[in-house]
Amino acid sequence: MKISVSFSGLAQTTALEFLLRFGLGGLVTAVAGVIGIRFGPVIGGLFLAFPSIFPAAATLVEKHEAKKKEQTGRKGKKRGRTAAGADAAGAALGSFGLLVFGFVVWELSTSYDRGIVLCTASLAWFSVALFCWLIRKQL
Amino acid sequence: MIGGAIVSFFSVVGDLFKPKSFAGLFSAAPSVALASLWLAFEKHGGTYASIEGLSMVVGAIALYLYSHTVSWVLLRYNFAASIVAACTLGLWFMAAFGLWASFLK
Repeated sequence: MKISVSFSGLAQTTALEFLLRFGLGGLVTAVAGVIGIRFGPVIGGLFLAFPSIFPAAATLVEKHEAKKKEQTGRKGKKRGRTAAGADAAGAALGSFGLLVFGFVVWELSTSYDRGIVLCTASLAWFSVALFCWLIRKQL
Repeated sequence: MIGGAIVSFFSVVGDLFKPKSFAGLFSAAPSVALASLWLAFEKHGGTYASIEGLSMVVGAIALYLYSHTVSWVLLRYNFAASIVAACTLGLWFMAAFGLWASFLK
């Protein structure tokens, strides 16, 4: 299946759902910071890869896909769960990218400016995640 | 604010793409990490951020185990996504702290 851009997913997302993501994202970043201050960077660093908004995001994917199917007059529960499962499979592949992101930060942080480190690490994350997805697609 | 904005940005990007397996890559985006590390650099310096980066490698392995398990359960059994995603969070903690105790402690 080819990668495509669709704005229908955005149209389904309500203002409350956008706010929920924003609030959760801010909360989790703050909590990760507090954990780092309280327990040190070793424990704090673990939480930079914590699936904080994953349960909420998976629920939204399931809900939106089920609703889409139900609009055609068919039952959408199974479709919703399959879509959430596929989303989670993508996250599993994306976590390889996140691993490389952490590795780049570990290697470069003491020698380079934070802008360079975070841009390089983000580029590495996306490249590795995309590579893993393309490999998985071929299998 | 920064954390909320970055998390929202990656969520919106994920919503735009099809198929869902590709969109899911953005569920493992370094959204919280970008905001936290930006602040960590500013407040504590590069060495602190570097240590967080190494720990993040361990956290990412735990994230792989967690998201792979969620996917496996959802694609094979008839459970709600919210229940599966929430109930398996313990797996992330076990894997992350197990690896931390084995390699980083």
